[in-house]
Amino acid sequence: MSKKETNTNSTVEEKEYSILNLGPTHPATHGIFQNVLKMDGETIIEATPTVGYIHRAFEKLAERRPYAQITPITDRLNYCSSPINNMGWHMTVEKLLKIELPKRAEYLRVIIMELSRIADHIICNTVIAVDTGAATGYFYMFQWREKVYDIFENICGARLTTNICRIGGFEKEWTKKVWDLIDEFLQGFPSALKEFTALVERNKIFMDRTVNVGPISAEMALSYSFTGPNLRAAGVDYDVRVANPYSSYQDFEFIIPVGQSGDTYDRFMVRQQEMWESLSIIKQAIKKLPEGPCRADVPDFFLPPKDQVYNNMEALIYHFKIVMGETDIPKGEVYHAVEGGNGELGFYLISDGGRTPYRLHFRRPCFIYYQAYPEMIKGIMLSDAIITMSSMNVIAGELDA
Amino acid sequence: MSQDLLNKVSEKLNTQFGADVLLAELLYDFPMFTIHHHKIHDVLSFLKNDEELNFHFLTDLTAMQTEDEKHLGVIYHLHNMMKNYRVRVKTFVDMSHPDVPTATDLWPGANWMERESYDFFGVKFKGHPNLKRILNVEEMDIFPLRKEYPLEDQSRDDKSDKMFGR
Repeated sequence: MSKKETNTNSTVEEKEYSILNLGPTHPATHGIFQNVLKMDGETIIEATPTVGYIHRAFEKLAERRPYAQITPITDRLNYCSSPINNMGWHMTVEKLLKIELPKRAEYLRVIIMELSRIADHIICNTVIAVDTGAATGYFYMFQWREKVYDIFENICGARLTTNICRIGGFEKEWTKKVWDLIDEFLQGFPSALKEFTALVERNKIFMDRTVNVGPISAEMALSYSFTGPNLRAAGVDYDVRVANPYSSYQDFEFIIPVGQSGDTYDRFMVRQQEMWESLSIIKQAIKKLPEGPCRADVPDFFLPPKDQVYNNMEALIYHFKIVMGETDIPKGEVYHAVEGGNGELGFYLISDGGRTPYRLHFRRPCFIYYQAYPEMIKGIMLSDAIITMSSMNVIAGELDA
Repeated sequence: MSQDLLNKVSEKLNTQFGADVLLAELLYDFPMFTIHHHKIHDVLSFLKNDEELNFHFLTDLTAMQTEDEKHLGVIYHLHNMMKNYRVRVKTFVDMSHPDVPTATDLWPGANWMERESYDFFGVKFKGHPNLKRILNVEEMDIFPLRKEYPLEDQSRDDKSDKMFGR
């Protein structure tokens, strides 16, 4: 008998833990990242996340691209709501160049940004429902995401990675087809969302799976630099659209939904409510839409009309200069933030007067709040950890940049 | 509003830290302070804990390289959500000794942001609990965002610096 056993008066068996690799290509992680989990049966003792599987060095790439060519890079950050990234980038450049946009362009941008917020939240919320076993809502709601993409397609020609809008506004007015599609969406979507709400929000199984799962306190969320729906679910009413209004957000009436306990259910409910708010903002923007040009007068960033390019020497030269990015850029440093689908999406741009940024840093909300994940899932079940991850809406593109 | 904030913060910093505040300026309506790297942690801690300023939220932490390619900079964006104050704090260190004290004791959220800055630029955050690469492979032996590692093939001359107006 050893000394230790005589002391404790009973045999303490050393616990054996198992190691489980969750990911990198596990269907339940909804993206490519790995968690090495130390498990006690089905309970998680410790998690070690590994990220960077789709790192594409955007910040380095941006240093060799003229400003207009950086927009397609931003598409690939949070690809569930690319238009918000695009607009955020355009606004950063506009801030650097001190370009004032006409009201109409700003309102049109708001319509697009709110549509993409809805598309983003549709994905996140229906996926939470799928992870609790309710796949019907997912297929049903994705039809509406397709309709949002139809609208984008009719504005800019692309659906997912949109490269929508330009520095200084829109290249052309929206067609009647676009407005018809928006009307159709505004008519049909509320009833679909209501049905989804009725299916899930007070559903016993859904609530049992989500209430008090993966909670985070407001203090901890703030110390981990949480923003967006995940911070608001913890009860902090911080929204960039209200704190630092951009693109005329101060003209619209909307509330910032907040949760209480910061658990999976609250995160879900905040996103649900935000979809209703986004719908209301779109309606207000359409109602108040001012007449006027849809872009600022910045010839350095708008290609001349094609008939002039083909028939006029100066127009051809300007076309060439714009495409090659031969534009004078002032020296300076700006930080601009927009409320992305996941939180404060910031662009920190340092210009040394060259045609490309000297340094461009993306403040990616996913990357910042995902580091709290190991702490949030400590001591909970594996199946709850999966649903916590879905409700945080970690998008691999934004996480890895 | 931003000018007032600049005056208020620089007054407080000057009385507390004096000559260690190297520069205070307003850039594109955004107050910015450059701090000597010996005092950066004290300044951050002061800005966070000062009752009036209370910059309780670390919005962003990133790094950069100066144009002479001899210094690395670390840039902090701080935010006071209640009063909606935002400031940018910068510090520069020599590339031969790129040591900056960690901010993870003030904000746990600085953890990954510092790892990212280390990964890209090689800034060594002293006291960081787990300072290793995060986005790149661990075997990588360069710091890819430094200017000494150009993106394009060196033999190409269609993408030299003069093509980009420098």
